[in-house]
Amino acid sequence: MFNEFPDTVEIDLRTRVNDAISWLLDTFGGVFDFIAAVIRTVLLNLEDVLTWMPWPLVLGIVAVLAWYATRSPLNTVVLTGLMVMIGMFGYYDLAMITLAIIIAAVLISFVIGLPIGILAAQSDKADAVIRPLLDGAQTMPAFVYLIPALMFFGLGRVPAVIATVTYAVPPLIRLTNLGIRTVSQSAVEAATAYGATPRQILRDVELPLALPTIMAGVNQTTMMALAMVVIASMIGAEGLGQEVLLAINRIDPGRGFEAGLCIVALAVIIDRITQGFADQYKESIS
Amino acid sequence: MADENGILLECRKVTKLFGDDGNTQQVLKMVRDGVAKDEIQSKLGAVVGVREASFQVHQGEFFIIMGLSGSGKSTLIRTLIRLIEPTDGEIIIDGEDVTKMSEDGMRKVRRNKVAMVFQHYGLLPHKTVLENAEYGLKTRGISWQERRDKAQSAIDRVGLSGWEQYRPSALSGGMQQRVGLARALSHDPAILLMDEPFSGLDPIVRRQMQHEFARLQEEEDLTTILVTHDLDEALMLGDRIAIMRDGEIIQIATPDELVTNPADDYVASFVEGASPARFMVARTIMSEEPLTAREGDPVEPMLNQMRERKIWSAFIVDNANKVTAVLSYDALNRAHQSGTGAISVGRQARKPVTCDPEMAISDIFPLVLNTRHPVAVVDDRGALEGVITKNMLLEALAHDIDYDEDEVETPSSETTTEQANTEVTSV
Repeated sequence: MFNEFPDTVEIDLRTRVNDAISWLLDTFGGVFDFIAAVIRTVLLNLEDVLTWMPWPLVLGIVAVLAWYATRSPLNTVVLTGLMVMIGMFGYYDLAMITLAIIIAAVLISFVIGLPIGILAAQSDKADAVIRPLLDGAQTMPAFVYLIPALMFFGLGRVPAVIATVTYAVPPLIRLTNLGIRTVSQSAVEAATAYGATPRQILRDVELPLALPTIMAGVNQTTMMALAMVVIASMIGAEGLGQEVLLAINRIDPGRGFEAGLCIVALAVIIDRITQGFADQYKESIS
Repeated sequence: MADENGILLECRKVTKLFGDDGNTQQVLKMVRDGVAKDEIQSKLGAVVGVREASFQVHQGEFFIIMGLSGSGKSTLIRTLIRLIEPTDGEIIIDGEDVTKMSEDGMRKVRRNKVAMVFQHYGLLPHKTVLENAEYGLKTRGISWQERRDKAQSAIDRVGLSGWEQYRPSALSGGMQQRVGLARALSHDPAILLMDEPFSGLDPIVRRQMQHEFARLQEEEDLTTILVTHDLDEALMLGDRIAIMRDGEIIQIATPDELVTNPADDYVASFVEGASPARFMVARTIMSEEPLTAREGDPVEPMLNQMRERKIWSAFIVDNANKVTAVLSYDALNRAHQSGTGAISVGRQARKPVTCDPEMAISDIFPLVLNTRHPVAVVDDRGALEGVITKNMLLEALAHDIDYDEDEVETPSSETTTEQANTEVTSV
C-alpha cells in the first residue's frame, strides 16, 4: 500500500507556475518586450562592430591592450598568439559572436550589479536581504536560469544574455559591497570633516577607492559569463558554446576540444587584460 | 567671528558614552552624580569616552588637548564637529550650538568654519597633491579657478611647491602630512583642528614640522585645537593645555603653570620629565624686587643697601621706570671714594642686558653668560619688571635634577646668592 505515494495529496505546482507565467506575460508583456528590445539592440550593435572589424585590426587591438595592461612583451605575444590560435581553428567568427554576448552580459551586469552593490554597502538592512539571495543564486545549478529566461523571452540570444547576466552578476554585487565597506575610514572621515555629502563621499572617496575590488568583481563576472555561454547555447545562444553543444550531440570530441580551447583562450585574454589594468590602478593609489 | 569675549569655540559639559544603548539617561545621571568610570562600566556596561568636558578657545589661541592613549582626547576633538556624535552637552562654535544642528547645518559649519588635520593624513590616494589640497574648497562649491589659486598658495606655504601633480603615495609621511595641512589651510578655517598631526612622523621630521607649524600659526594668526600625547609638543606649541585622563579634563593651564603648579599627582607625574628650561619663562623665575636707583640719588645709602641685601648690581631707571643703565658695587664704591655724592650715569655705567618676560629660560642662558650683571626683565615699553641672575636660572633647573639631598651638601640659599653675585661682580 505504501509502494505508491497517494495521488490524493499531490500538489499540482507545475500548472500553477505555467499559469502564473502566462499571466505575467499577458500582463507585463510590454515590459518583457522592452527589455528584450534593449538587450537585442546592445547585442546586435556589438556584434556588428565586432564582425565588421577586419581581423588584423582585432589582433592589433588585443596586442595594444595586452601591452598596456601587462607591460610585458611575453604576455603581449602570448595573448595575441591565443587570438591567432582561435583564428587558425577556424572559430574566429564564432568567437566574435561569443565575445559580443559576453560584453553585452558584462555591461548589463555592471549596470544592474553596481547600484545593488552600493545599496548593500550603505545599508545593513539591504545587505541582510541581498546576501542570502546571492548565496542562493550562486548555489543554484546554472541550468535552472535557462528556464525562466526561456519562458519569458523564448529561444535565442536575448534569453541567453539574460540567463548569463543572472548567473554572472552575484560576484559583482558582492565585491562592490565588500570594496566599499573596506574603504579606508580615515579618507571617509576626512571627506566628512570637510563637509562632503554622502553622495560626494560615494563619488570622491568610496567608489574610486573600492574600484580595484569592483574590477575584480567585473573580472569574475566575465569569467562566469564565459562559462555560462556554453550552457546558454542550449536555449539558442550562437557562438563557441553552440559548437561545444554540437560536438557533444554528435559525439565529436575533437571538435568539442577545439571549441573548448577557444573559450579558454578568450577567457585568458580577457582575464589578463582586465586584471592588468586593475593592478595598475591599484598600484597607483596605494 | 568670535564673540565679544573673543571666544570662538566653547565646550559645555560635553559627554560621550559608548555602549549606552537603551539606558543613556541612566548613565548620564551617574556621570552627573560623579560615579566613577569603572563603576558605571561594571554596572551598566557603558563606557564613558568623554566626561563633562568644558573649555573655551579664544580667537588666535593655540589650545592643546593632551592625554595618554585611551584618555578620550581624540574622541573629544571629533565630537567638536560631530564626526562622533556627543551624547550630552553643548558645543558652541562661533556663537551657534552645533549639537542642535541638522545634518545639513552641520555640513555648512564643516565647510565654512573648521578644517581638520588627521594623524593618518586622510588623503585621497587617487587624487593629486593639488586636488587633495583643494578638496575642502570643492565641497564648498568654489569655482575651479579660485580653488586652484587658493590650493596652490597653501601648497606653497607648506613648502610643497613642485609636487602638485604627484599622488600622495609618491610622498614621504612628512610630506603627506604637509598635504593634509595644505588642505586645511586652503580652507581658510576659523578653527583648525589637529588630531595628533605629527605623531606618525619620525622624530627629526616631527620636530621640523612642529617648528614650521609654530611659525605658520604665528604668521597666519590661526586658532588651533591640537590633540597630542607628546608633552614636549604640547609645551612647545600650546598657549593653554588641557590634560585629560579617563575621559575627564583634569587641568587647563598654560605650559608654565602646568609645570610649576600641577593640579594633582597625575599631572605632576606627567610633567615630571619635562625640561623646565624649554618652557619656563623669565616671568616665572625673576626676582620682582630689583635694586633700582635714579640718577641724582645719593651714593652712600645705595652702597649700604647693596651690602645689606648682598646684591652687587643696581639698575638705573628713569621716571617711567625704564632701565637706562646698570652699575656695579665696585663702580659705585670707586665713585664714592673719589668724592662723588650723587649717582650719575657716567663712564662706569654699563648698558643693561634685557629680556622679555615671556622669554624661555633656555634662551636667557646665553644672555646671562655675556654679562657680569643680572639680566633686566622689561616689558614691551622697556619698563623694568624684574631681574634674573645666573643663580636664579640654576635654581630653576635644580627642580628638575634628581639628587639625593643627604649626600649632596647643599649650601644655604643665602650663601649661594652671595657667592653667585660675588662671582658676577668679580668677573
